[in-house]
Amino acid sequence: MPEEHWDIIIKPKKKWYDLELKELFRNRDLLFLFLRRDIVSVYKQTLLGPLWFFIQPVISSFAFTIIFSVIANMKTEGPSPFLFYLGGMIPWLFFSTCVVNNANTFFQNQHVFGKVYFPRLLMPLSLTMSNILKFSLQLLLFLIIWFYHFYQGNVAPNFYALLLPIHLLAMAMMGLGIGLLFSSISIRFRDIQFIIGFIMQLAMYASSVIIPVSSAGKYKWIILANPVSAIIENFKYGFTGIGYNTIPGLAYSYGCAIVIFMAGIFAFKSAERTFVDKI
Amino acid sequence: MIISVENIGKKYRLGEYNLKTALRDVKNKFTGNSISADENDRTLAGGNFVWALKDIHFQVQPGEVLGIIGKNGAGKSTLLKVLSRVTAPSTGTIKIKGRVGSLLEVGTGFHPDLTGRENVFLNGAILGMNKKEIRSKFDEIVDFAGVQKYIDTPVKRYSSGMYVRLAFAVAAHLEPEILIVDEVLAVGDAEFQEKCVGKMKSVSGLGRTVLFVSHNMGTIRHLCDRGILLQNGKMTMDSGIENVIDAYLKSNAMLLHDGTVPENASLQNSGEGRWERIVMHNRKGEMTNEYFYGAPIQLDMEFDSQIQLDKCLLGIQVKNHMNESILDFVNIYDKSDLPLNKGKNQFRVELNNPLHPGKYYLNITMARYNGVPIDVLESIAEITVSNLGETADSGYPFGWTNGYIKGSGIWNKG
Repeated sequence: MPEEHWDIIIKPKKKWYDLELKELFRNRDLLFLFLRRDIVSVYKQTLLGPLWFFIQPVISSFAFTIIFSVIANMKTEGPSPFLFYLGGMIPWLFFSTCVVNNANTFFQNQHVFGKVYFPRLLMPLSLTMSNILKFSLQLLLFLIIWFYHFYQGNVAPNFYALLLPIHLLAMAMMGLGIGLLFSSISIRFRDIQFIIGFIMQLAMYASSVIIPVSSAGKYKWIILANPVSAIIENFKYGFTGIGYNTIPGLAYSYGCAIVIFMAGIFAFKSAERTFVDKI
Repeated sequence: MIISVENIGKKYRLGEYNLKTALRDVKNKFTGNSISADENDRTLAGGNFVWALKDIHFQVQPGEVLGIIGKNGAGKSTLLKVLSRVTAPSTGTIKIKGRVGSLLEVGTGFHPDLTGRENVFLNGAILGMNKKEIRSKFDEIVDFAGVQKYIDTPVKRYSSGMYVRLAFAVAAHLEPEILIVDEVLAVGDAEFQEKCVGKMKSVSGLGRTVLFVSHNMGTIRHLCDRGILLQNGKMTMDSGIENVIDAYLKSNAMLLHDGTVPENASLQNSGEGRWERIVMHNRKGEMTNEYFYGAPIQLDMEFDSQIQLDKCLLGIQVKNHMNESILDFVNIYDKSDLPLNKGKNQFRVELNNPLHPGKYYLNITMARYNGVPIDVLESIAEITVSNLGETADSGYPFGWTNGYIKGSGIWNKG
């Protein structure tokens, strides 16, 4: 008897390494519709609309400048504290929004996921892509202020600036990976939702967003252990010529990105099959 | 064969999942104890499992319209969820040829802030269409829903009727090889429901394979050729739709066990006597509480009285699911004098049945002729009036119901 061809085979377990990428590709239209929804729906019925994309990093960088630089008189690197904080905040915001948004994937979409099947990964992927778009807009803002300093001649850009797309990819992978790990755990333990904001805030202080590696003294290792630090430092170094920049540091960050990404994806893929019954 | 379902089972954990159960799962994993070791041990807190589906086997041929029938909790929804890949089965294999569109609900993924147009695309894509397909059907969808004027307005401004119509319209224009539908027809107003049933019928006419779940036996009979009957998670029948509906209605017959009225069932009791047995049956004398549309309800009742009355009042009230009285039978209305003797009294009552399809409850009253109650039984029996008639053409003609009671008049054209 000839082997019959079946398009879909549903079994209790699938092979753990099977990521069903073909199916993901087949649903690419849906990916872009989700992306559009994520972007369009957030600022509907707001006066300032997409301007909010800019306001968040500007306000927090401004606050950091006042609190840490002016009042606490902490040292920063580069031509101005504001540029320093902005250059740290924009990538950090990108990373942390990726984590927080993706950690809620199952919880927020439980209703839709419980009623219809489509590759679940589309949701976190579209969220990450919308964050990349937001990041790109915010980057424009950074570039404007950077260009002012460039015009004044007090920054020294170098070819490391060209690594930006790779930095972005690495941060996206990390943010997505951690977010997916969290979302897989949060199916069973909602505790995750309570601690995640808290973790991300602590992680920010333990990164090079506020304290430059060069002035961290004996606590330098804490900051360097955070895989986002080396990327932020290298990003700033590429544009301003000042900052802590090592190849091993970058290699560590990229390595973490790949490992975390893989772990997140596999955890998510194995959790998605029966999460409807558990959440 | 387009769908092959082999040995499908689905097991659920009962009770809450907490740190204790989590630790036990981990321990079981490491000690090699599979969870199944304690799955039927209901004494273990949190370690209980229940099989919502077990040993489900069936095959579907292309173009077939299969009805899935069963009471609430029989496993219908679980089966649809497994078939549409919302959740994975615990055992077995399902093989499918072609694309599956599943409608477990209308309007899944609608975003209130997006416009009708944006939602049509988003919802269409969620249901498995690509952009090109949606674009080619867009006008048809908007037309079907009748929302042309509002298509660029956020759907949160829609009336609930418009919202549901648009949602169904998207779903109805899906064109997968296999369509899985769960009771979504129970939405919208009467006119729209009819439109939906018509659309479903035309879809199945196009040689599409459809799996359909509904409580509405009329719709099921209208749409399906074949049915499977689920009872407590097991498939108890796979046959022509008429046979399956028949078996389903029979299995549904609920009686007061053997008709004995339990102690302390009375709402009011004067101490002068009590109802002992109430047995319901249909005209053929079969014990049942399911009646065909329009078929009379027969009751055999036994009352044990302490007193002697020349005339008593015997009343039966029908109440709807909201516990509102909607229909009232009293022997006095029919000028029928019934004496009440000391000791056991047998009554045999036949009630005409003007009830529309649905579930109703009976109150049964014995009182003095002036209305002072002796024994009142509250909601003692549940009856179901089906939308099917005793003969093929005497059924309830519509897919919805208006009110509870059929009126009648004399209709002339002037």
